[in-house]
Amino acid sequence: MSVAARFALAWPGFALDVDLDLPGSGVTALFGQSGCGKTTLLRCMAGLERGSGRLAVNGETWQDETRFVPTHQRPLGYVFQDARLFAHLDVARNLDFGMRRSRGAATVKRDAIIDLLGLGPLLDRLPERLSGGEQQRVAIARALLAAPRLLLMDEPLASLDHARKQEFLPWLERLRDELEIPIIYVSHAPDEVARLADHIVVMDAGRAVAQGPLAETLARIDLPIRLGEDAGAVFAATVAERDAEWHLARVEFAGGELWVRDNGTPVGRDVRVRILARDVSIANSRHDDISIMNLLPATVVAHAAEDHPSQVLVQLRVGETLLLGRLTRRSAQRLDLAPGREVWVQIKAVALVG
Amino acid sequence: MFSPSDLAAIWLTLKLATVTTLLLLLIGTPIAWRLARMRSWWKGPLAAVVAMPLVLPPTVLGFYLLLLMGPHGPVGRFTEWAGIGLLPFSFGGLVVASVIYSLPFVVQPLQNAFEAIGERPLEAAATLRASPLDAFFSVAVPLAKPGFLTATILGFAHTVGEFGIVLMIGGNIPDKTRVVSVQIYDHVEAMDYAAAHGLAAGMVVFSFLVLLALYLLNSRGRRS
Repeated sequence: MSVAARFALAWPGFALDVDLDLPGSGVTALFGQSGCGKTTLLRCMAGLERGSGRLAVNGETWQDETRFVPTHQRPLGYVFQDARLFAHLDVARNLDFGMRRSRGAATVKRDAIIDLLGLGPLLDRLPERLSGGEQQRVAIARALLAAPRLLLMDEPLASLDHARKQEFLPWLERLRDELEIPIIYVSHAPDEVARLADHIVVMDAGRAVAQGPLAETLARIDLPIRLGEDAGAVFAATVAERDAEWHLARVEFAGGELWVRDNGTPVGRDVRVRILARDVSIANSRHDDISIMNLLPATVVAHAAEDHPSQVLVQLRVGETLLLGRLTRRSAQRLDLAPGREVWVQIKAVALVG
Repeated sequence: MFSPSDLAAIWLTLKLATVTTLLLLLIGTPIAWRLARMRSWWKGPLAAVVAMPLVLPPTVLGFYLLLLMGPHGPVGRFTEWAGIGLLPFSFGGLVVASVIYSLPFVVQPLQNAFEAIGERPLEAAATLRASPLDAFFSVAVPLAKPGFLTATILGFAHTVGEFGIVLMIGGNIPDKTRVVSVQIYDHVEAMDYAAAHGLAAGMVVFSFLVLLALYLLNSRGRRS
């Protein structure tokens, strides 16, 4: 079960050249700056752009040297950045458009998806009377009802403001957990990727510069392009305890435990934890006389230069989990952070991301 | 108020405009669709050919159509061979001439409407399993509805208003090719100003109502 995609395409001033082998389920994020070719790659997969190459989705070949299945014959769902609802049809008819044409092969029930995405009250409205977030929800439901075996999403949150985005992300998480088809999710927002993706492809100038499972790839320090302020580690954890007095929750992960702000997640629930490199500092001994709550023993694995010559990025291992920390080159030298050295990490901020 | 020959001319004019408009929608829609989506250098020359009737004097157009459709022209030889007979000075000839003469009035609003729709909804339709033909009828045509309205009204009105090309191709045969504009010309020639007034005023009112309807329909289309 996998999505094998190899595409080459050259335009004046831009060339796409990728060869990817992506998991056949879960969310794969195509991540990179604007203009790196994420959308073009997605359009190639949909057959909207004709690159030379090969695409096989869970054993079915959609494109190779001799064959090019046209878009309308590919069992895919595509969510565009600009919802692209049909202006002359109300929400119900927009939803039915693809469903009717896929002849009832849908794996999701119409009522269930309307319920999941909260579309019930919108069904008889025209698209122009919907907010951006509502339009995007309809677009996602419309794509899912066409019985896709591959869901392609091109920055579906790009047109939403921060508040709408926060409101929308839980919908997407529920979808991710309930769908069994592979989802390719284009984004340039690290927080969305940290929250939604299981697998990541980092793109730069039309090429895939890194790909792999999310936690492993984000914790790498040898990537040719850096995430800058957004560099950080994401890993899985479980809520183990909730402290009512201090409104804190204790989460356990492979390597230790962390105290985080209690956001209401019940005990026993699996969560994702994100720790930005800039929120990690390093000490050679344990300090208990500071405000930071989360102190963990760690081993230095490697370090790498940052864009600014004063900074270094340090990769640390806490149990089985990799963390990233950013500090000044001077501090790194003063603390003598050679690979293999045992240190204490002090974590200033931990975010639960879904 | 109108004499029997006036009524015959009015009836003939409406018949000609209706047939012409229907044919124009059939012929003009694919041309407009092609033009709207064409990227090659052919687009310029093709658009220019379609727009020619806008600038050519009707007499020039009529003259060449007369030659083409006459007994020595290729079209004329073909229609005689096919057993249709010669087109000039017949209703069929008028329809052919009107279709060519009013073509830009139908193609241009449709082309503008199709261009305004752009690729985006059609791409969305393709990702929802709609074949290109399906997407054309279920997405492009409904979205281009205001364009179709404008094209229909302009094509109809422009056919009603033509004169020069009718005279060149159709002549002035009662019940066959004598349309309202020619009838008015005849009344004026015969110094029967009262009869000319009746028809001319009718044309003025008709034109006003047509353009008013166009304006109202378009502004409602934009609101809904």
